[in-house]
Amino acid sequence: MSDVTADSMLRDAAMVVGKDLRLEWRSRVTLSQILPFALLVLILFAFALDPDRRILEEATPGLFWLAVLFSMLLAIQRAYAVETADGVIDALRLSDLDPAGIFLGKAAGIALHLFVLEVALFAGVTVLYGATPHGGLLVVVTMVLATTGLAAAGSIYGVLAAGLRVRDTLLPILMLPVVAPVLIAGTEAFSAAYAETSGAGWKWCGLLAAFSVLYLAIGIFAFEPLLEES
Amino acid sequence: MDAVVRFRAAVCLLGRFPALAGVDLDVAAGEIVLLQGPNGAGKTTLLRACAGLVPVSEGDALVLGVDLVADRRPVRPLVGLLGHHTGLYDDLTVVENVRFWSKAGRSKRTDADAALARLGLDGRLADVPVAKLSAGQRRRTALAILVARRPRLWLLDEPHAALDQDGRDLVDGLMVDAVDAGATVVFASHELDRAEAVAHRSVTVAGGTVNGLLAEVPVV
Repeated sequence: MSDVTADSMLRDAAMVVGKDLRLEWRSRVTLSQILPFALLVLILFAFALDPDRRILEEATPGLFWLAVLFSMLLAIQRAYAVETADGVIDALRLSDLDPAGIFLGKAAGIALHLFVLEVALFAGVTVLYGATPHGGLLVVVTMVLATTGLAAAGSIYGVLAAGLRVRDTLLPILMLPVVAPVLIAGTEAFSAAYAETSGAGWKWCGLLAAFSVLYLAIGIFAFEPLLEES
Repeated sequence: MDAVVRFRAAVCLLGRFPALAGVDLDVAAGEIVLLQGPNGAGKTTLLRACAGLVPVSEGDALVLGVDLVADRRPVRPLVGLLGHHTGLYDDLTVVENVRFWSKAGRSKRTDADAALARLGLDGRLADVPVAKLSAGQRRRTALAILVARRPRLWLLDEPHAALDQDGRDLVDGLMVDAVDAGATVVFASHELDRAEAVAHRSVTVAGGTVNGLLAEVPVV
């Protein structure tokens, strides 16, 4: 990829993510709808599993990432709902924006929203489940890598489903199997961080990094035909 | 005059349905061409094909020198399409929408601001979210984006729809201004009295077919 192409791609990505953040600032969908949903999921897990917190503490890593995945589906649906309303997707195709830049911008926007959700969920499991991690750095690195992978995969599957009438119900079926490695690796890494065995958690970060790189690469090269077909 | 649009026996399939079943059409540079015909005749599909949004599966199709059969994507940044949808973000304001899409079309911010003024959107409407606009105001905003982008070929589908009398006059003026600035305009309309007054030539689309050939003209 030439420097000019990369510059153009990054400039377009910045435009798209700036627009998405402005849309969120105006609509407050993530803050007023998705964030409460995510916290509600945590509370329902607490009701379902154990009022005395013992099981909840043990299951915290898995419950955290399940809540992230459920919230992610709403974040992706919202991210692409704004691109399919009133012919916007045609306007994107007719624009001079680099498709790879659109992909990176959408992925960055989803990642920022997800990261805010994850911080809130982390605070939620700390308060509601009484779980406190010992490996703070491992927790942060896991969250960053997992968020990147989820956002990249979400951006790909979001545009893939964008043109379909059944996109709202199809997206979870398409996405959840694909992001299973993130659930597994994120849960294992968090388990290590909560159990004072951080060393064992870093190898799972390798899997998360590989997942992120793979889906970023797929998105950069495949987003144009996917946008074409949506 | 050079040909900006040249279709020969062009066929467009929407699924298995031939929405265009043999289009022969020339549009010369600087023309304003009216597409007329009943609902479902293929006017919208023809405009979308010219914009490179619908694939031409058979025949020949050249727009602004781009062979749409080989690769239709290069023509997209060169044309401006106002369809039935406005392509606006509901939660962004008028000025934010016009500036975003203008920048996405590599136009300058000054072009966007001039277009807002030309469409009468630089006053109290500028900072209103598009979701709160009337259909006519949304249409004006979409037209402002077209003006700011300065496409070489304007493709307008029912451009007078939802506009009041002033808005309709403004659209007619924009088409004339675009041609004066060197662009070409193809538009579809059911308001024949008004449309025929501004068009240089009228072409009838019927059953997905068009016969709108000119005398031989070189391709741009």
